[in-house]
Amino acid sequence: MARVNPVLAAMVLVGFAAMEGAAALPRRIAAAVEKIRAVGPEGKGHAAAQSAWADVAKAKASQIPDLLVAMDGANDYALNWLRSAVETAVQRETAAGATLPVKALEGILRDTRHHPRARRLAFELIRRIDTPKAEALLSGFLQDPGSELRRDAVAQLMARAATQTNAAKATAVTTYREALGHAREADQIEDIAKRLQDLGDKVDLAKTFGWVSKWQLVGPFDNTGEAGFAKVYPPEERIEMAAELPGKSGPVKWFPYKTRSEYGLVDFNQAISSLKGAVGYAVAEFWSDSARTAQVRLGCKNGWKVWVNGALVFGRDEYHRSAEIDQYRMPVTLKAGRNLILVKCAQNEQTQDWAKEWEFQLRVTDEQGTPIVSTR
Amino acid sequence: MKTRPRFSAIVAWASALAAALPLAAGDWTQFRGPNGDGLSTETGVPVRMEPSSVTWSIPLPGRGLSSPLIVGDKVLVTASSGARQDRLHVLCFRLSDGAPLWERQFWATGRTMTHEKIGAATPTPASDGRAIYAIFSSNDCLALDLDGRLLWFRGLGRDYPNASNSLGMSSSLVVVDGVVVAMVENDSESFTAGLDAKTGLNRWKLDRPKKANWTSPVVLRTPGQPNRVLLQSSAGVTAVDPATGKVAWEFSDGASTVPSLVVSGSRVVVPANGITVLEPEAGAGKPKSVWRSAQLRPGTASPVAVGDRLLTLNDGGILTCASLVDGKRLWQLRLKGSFSATPVVAGGHLYCVSEDGKVQVVDPSKPEGAVVSELALGQTVIGTPSLAAGSLFVRSDAKLVRLGGSGLR
Repeated sequence: MARVNPVLAAMVLVGFAAMEGAAALPRRIAAAVEKIRAVGPEGKGHAAAQSAWADVAKAKASQIPDLLVAMDGANDYALNWLRSAVETAVQRETAAGATLPVKALEGILRDTRHHPRARRLAFELIRRIDTPKAEALLSGFLQDPGSELRRDAVAQLMARAATQTNAAKATAVTTYREALGHAREADQIEDIAKRLQDLGDKVDLAKTFGWVSKWQLVGPFDNTGEAGFAKVYPPEERIEMAAELPGKSGPVKWFPYKTRSEYGLVDFNQAISSLKGAVGYAVAEFWSDSARTAQVRLGCKNGWKVWVNGALVFGRDEYHRSAEIDQYRMPVTLKAGRNLILVKCAQNEQTQDWAKEWEFQLRVTDEQGTPIVSTR
Repeated sequence: MKTRPRFSAIVAWASALAAALPLAAGDWTQFRGPNGDGLSTETGVPVRMEPSSVTWSIPLPGRGLSSPLIVGDKVLVTASSGARQDRLHVLCFRLSDGAPLWERQFWATGRTMTHEKIGAATPTPASDGRAIYAIFSSNDCLALDLDGRLLWFRGLGRDYPNASNSLGMSSSLVVVDGVVVAMVENDSESFTAGLDAKTGLNRWKLDRPKKANWTSPVVLRTPGQPNRVLLQSSAGVTAVDPATGKVAWEFSDGASTVPSLVVSGSRVVVPANGITVLEPEAGAGKPKSVWRSAQLRPGTASPVAVGDRLLTLNDGGILTCASLVDGKRLWQLRLKGSFSATPVVAGGHLYCVSEDGKVQVVDPSKPEGAVVSELALGQTVIGTPSLAAGSLFVRSDAKLVRLGGSGLR
């Protein structure tokens, strides 16, 4: 999360106060908000935030929109502190008969510059007051940067398609296709694909998810006793496609691999051999037209590490618990031109039936989950 | 001239007063009740369960396996909602009629992926009578006072980013000596933390075996001895000082990672190699092993000790009664259904709730044990029920149900 200049944040607060229906935060509450925004890892800032929270929770109904604006740029810890203060204030104010400023809340909801979570909370407050109005607003969020609003909008479209299935099959397909175009969550994509298939319209799931499908693989290296997870093998130091490397049971070389799985699975059991206590590496070129932020999204039930352009992004030594699409969402920065994504995938020595998989799936997306595809 | 009392003096007085606030007798303040043993001193909990036993039943806004807490005139429960179960709820209801009093929601900061059978709201919260301390599978841990005012919020899964379990975390909290003990034990960044109940800051953080662990901590209270928190893991049992996290003693012969140990008098009944009964000795480096039985194998449900009897329930519904003195098996009784919930005990009766929502009341004093009544709630129940105010509280993914009791305490 980007750090926000407190002066800028204060200007935002003051500026927003001009919005119709919203009241400026008293200085005491504004100062308390800043103390809450300063909370961080391992309880950082708790002492100041604890007393500040009580002040923020005293906000009047008319000041709730300002508290939502105060969520802009806040870290995930502070968002939760602020949310609970908002809920406490709303509970007290509405119990006392106060009315929430719906117009101001709607202004926040519609303004995508505000934090997606603040906007979602605004939506939920509006829904609490006027459910039909909130439901009517949903259709405007099909391209929303906030995953929850977007998801609900897609769900609404899916519900409409479901009503069209019997009477107007072609219309239902069109509506489902529209929903698919906007869906970003894996379960919704799969659900829509199944419904379309039932209507005779096949979805190219691999293309929809946008998996990285072309790789170069090398292995196996040794992972006896799971020691290979921490061991630095040659691919972690240098990628030399022509090099012959010392593997687990002899020399190994890089070879090309293209996954044909609609779920983008890179399967080392199939590509190398069904082994235990082994490490495999996969590297992919990923071309970007511009330097940009992105997410590398990985699903894997083996031990794994991911590097982008030689920098370790994250790694995890959990084996055979579970895997799912987009299990790990890692923010990365792509440079313009050629990027290298390196994955280390470690199989341990468990022998159970459910411990056979030695594989991963990976895609590059924006923050909302829209696939970003390599330009070459 | 009037003198104003010094702020620090007011704080000190308030703190002393607050510290002196007793838990109301009969409060159900954590997983398996105030002593973590599933036993209640409640009287009047219905033995004959029938449809009219339902005092109230209220819908919940999300899923959950955590047990309800009953503190004073409030019933508190956690839940999770959303497609990724990443909206975390703490809900408070009025004991007498189930009327909603307050709800707070939080955005998960850690991973919420779990096995489909469980969810983010699997661990049971704990209360010291002043606040509710809740933790979720995402390792988000927070404290609210009993009126819903936030005291602190920690994202332990964010602070320690490899602290998670892709099947889900389920270890419940205990709060003892002003410390909230959170077992965040998993295959990767595995630890147990003692968090200051007032501030949420780490008092201590203890590295733990790198192995997924779904058991819950239990407080060992021995008259004349300092309290110990017992941490069960694949390695065995570790007793720690709740104030410092310093290890007092260890049992190192391994133990289960699903059902949790139970303390009965001076004995610690551990799901280890079947059942292993330990007796800690003051000043000793490790506890004495009293007996061990491979015949007694609890399933997901934790064992229950009632008087001189030990009861274990396996996932298939076989309830086994053994002597707590020597482990000798006395009888077995087949209950209806599959079980994940740990039985709880009031008035000498066991209240067992199957996964398909059948409340089965067992009289273990009968020669072969006997089911004396049953009531089908028609809901999936994975979480352990709670006992307070002459009532059994059962929560499903959809509802919170109070069975028995006259309404008021």
